[in-house]
Amino acid sequence: MRELAYYEAKFEALHEIMAADERVHLINGTFLSLSPHRHVFQDLVKKYGDRMKSPPISELGFCGLATGAAMAGLRPIVDISTGSFIFEGWPQVCNEAANAFSMSAGQTRVPVVFHLFHGLRGGGAAQHSASPQAMLWNNPGLEIVLPSSPRDVKGLLKTAVASDNPTIFVDHVQLLEIRGEVPDNDSPIRFGQAEIKRKGNDVTVISTSYMVQRCLQVADKLAGEKISVEVVDPRTLVPFDMATLMSSVEKTGRVVIVDETHQSCGVAAEIAARIVESGFDKLKAPVRRVATLDVPVPYSPPLEEYIGPREDRIIEAIRAVLR
Amino acid sequence: MLPKVARDTLLDFCRRMFVIRHFEESLVPLHDKGVFGGHYHLYIGQEATGVPALSCLRADDYLFTTHRNHGHLLARGADPKKLCAEILGRADGYNKGKGGSFHTVVPSLGFLHTSAVVAGIIPLATGTAYASKALKNGRITVCLFGDGALEEGAAPEAFNLASLWKLPVLFLCENNGKYGAGRATGAAQSSTMAAHPLTDLPKAYKVPAQQVDGLDSGTVHATISRAVEEIRRGEGPQFIEAQTVRWPGSESNWPVVLQNTNASLAWDVNAVPEKVREWYRSCDPLLIYTRELVEAQQATREEIAAIDRKVKAEIDEAVKVAVSSPYPKPEEAAKDYFA
Repeated sequence: MRELAYYEAKFEALHEIMAADERVHLINGTFLSLSPHRHVFQDLVKKYGDRMKSPPISELGFCGLATGAAMAGLRPIVDISTGSFIFEGWPQVCNEAANAFSMSAGQTRVPVVFHLFHGLRGGGAAQHSASPQAMLWNNPGLEIVLPSSPRDVKGLLKTAVASDNPTIFVDHVQLLEIRGEVPDNDSPIRFGQAEIKRKGNDVTVISTSYMVQRCLQVADKLAGEKISVEVVDPRTLVPFDMATLMSSVEKTGRVVIVDETHQSCGVAAEIAARIVESGFDKLKAPVRRVATLDVPVPYSPPLEEYIGPREDRIIEAIRAVLR
Repeated sequence: MLPKVARDTLLDFCRRMFVIRHFEESLVPLHDKGVFGGHYHLYIGQEATGVPALSCLRADDYLFTTHRNHGHLLARGADPKKLCAEILGRADGYNKGKGGSFHTVVPSLGFLHTSAVVAGIIPLATGTAYASKALKNGRITVCLFGDGALEEGAAPEAFNLASLWKLPVLFLCENNGKYGAGRATGAAQSSTMAAHPLTDLPKAYKVPAQQVDGLDSGTVHATISRAVEEIRRGEGPQFIEAQTVRWPGSESNWPVVLQNTNASLAWDVNAVPEKVREWYRSCDPLLIYTRELVEAQQATREEIAAIDRKVKAEIDEAVKVAVSSPYPKPEEAAKDYFA
């Protein structure tokens, strides 16, 4: 099977999406953050520039514009770019887009995609490092997607655009250079379908987004110590695939959740609660979370590294649940 | 001044204004008796803006409205039974009780989403306008909001976008505080807006803007007709501020009806309690319109009284139907939140 870089797979998806449906418009951003691979964006502009818009620095305005356009028949994809900027468009995303379908008793559909890059990006400091997906998960009416591989970014982006619901597409800049297999005839990946990214028997490590890649590296390392780690990637938070998670938990009885949102009320907290509620009797050890410390993200490299779900913290948590 | 339209249309405007007035007045005792809860806002005093303005639109145009939406929906022809049932949270309401007074939508009339967040709809309206332009379907969007919405950042952000991209949207600001506190001190339009007149704000973004007397149905009709035509031709967004005088019943947190309206008040307001009499004498757009119809010999007092009575009976019946509509099943709450 051919291998692509993550950013290449993502732009292959954008090309196929734009070619397949004239209702798709891209609003703002380059879908690349500060990546140097601007040429892939320029290739897209050359072909579909008439459906790509650069609005003013106006998240509240253009998140609302995209939401309204979705109500009236388009399928816009908005690049909010840095995840923290969604706070500028928050009222439109959380209070308008998320509520429209329910408030209208199912009469108004809002097929908009809000794309953003979350997390510790290296020097982002407190105002450019947010992982808003936990807050968004607490706001019903939004689908939330977190790809972690080239194949997933392509398949999930296609499903996001096809969805009739407002969808938050949570990307991570540290993933852009990752390489992986992408089938030629890649089909969309259904929402609510977790994937076992690596099979194992001793411990279930549940992780999302860029943390999946880190956990795969940890699993490689621990394999040398004869610790068999199963890495499970939910891929979407809304809808959430509990069945795949629980079948892994039933097998191992030991769970570590690794996620880059802050620890309190974070993604790991919610997943832990669900596992404990539905499978406490399957657990052989307390569930452990490895999340970002509950502090504003500091700038200096050693400080930033310290607060995140570091490799040594993941390994320590795995050893703890195996004790 | 009466709108320059056929007599049948003039009488239809009259009927719609009475529909709004009787509908809104009938909600107050329902709320006071606890038939429905939550906060709500009435459109009384703005009928001569909404009715002629919305008559200028095409059936497939988009409209966005706010917490003060009942009048806009009724002006556009919404069914008072289903609107009332929605306000009462009943299963037969337009949104099966999920939206309520704040969020009633009627997509078949062009209302896709009604936001009770001040200014929430203004960016959304640029979005439907953007879609119409992209799809070249000739539809325009009318965004109806109050003067307070201009205080939110969403308003200028949306004006900027609409202006830059020449979007087919009419921002119709209904300022129902013509004689508000700030104005009385000779300063800004209201005590919380530094831009004065309000049209200065859209003008800063090169959105053509003008003020119109919202009590004057003819001027409203002429102004909106022209604006709608220009916007539909692709000339870009416009802003119109329609000024009305706040209905005294809306001055407190909860609406109070001190006087139920009937057509005879157009000629004699002595029955009205003195503290609100002046509003009914000189600022009530429905009564002004009624007098103009008679003075222009487009209708007799008797004909208008007959319209009034007929509408009143229809609204009484609508309320009865709405009150007898069942509540939705509780488990409906956990359904239909995703497409």
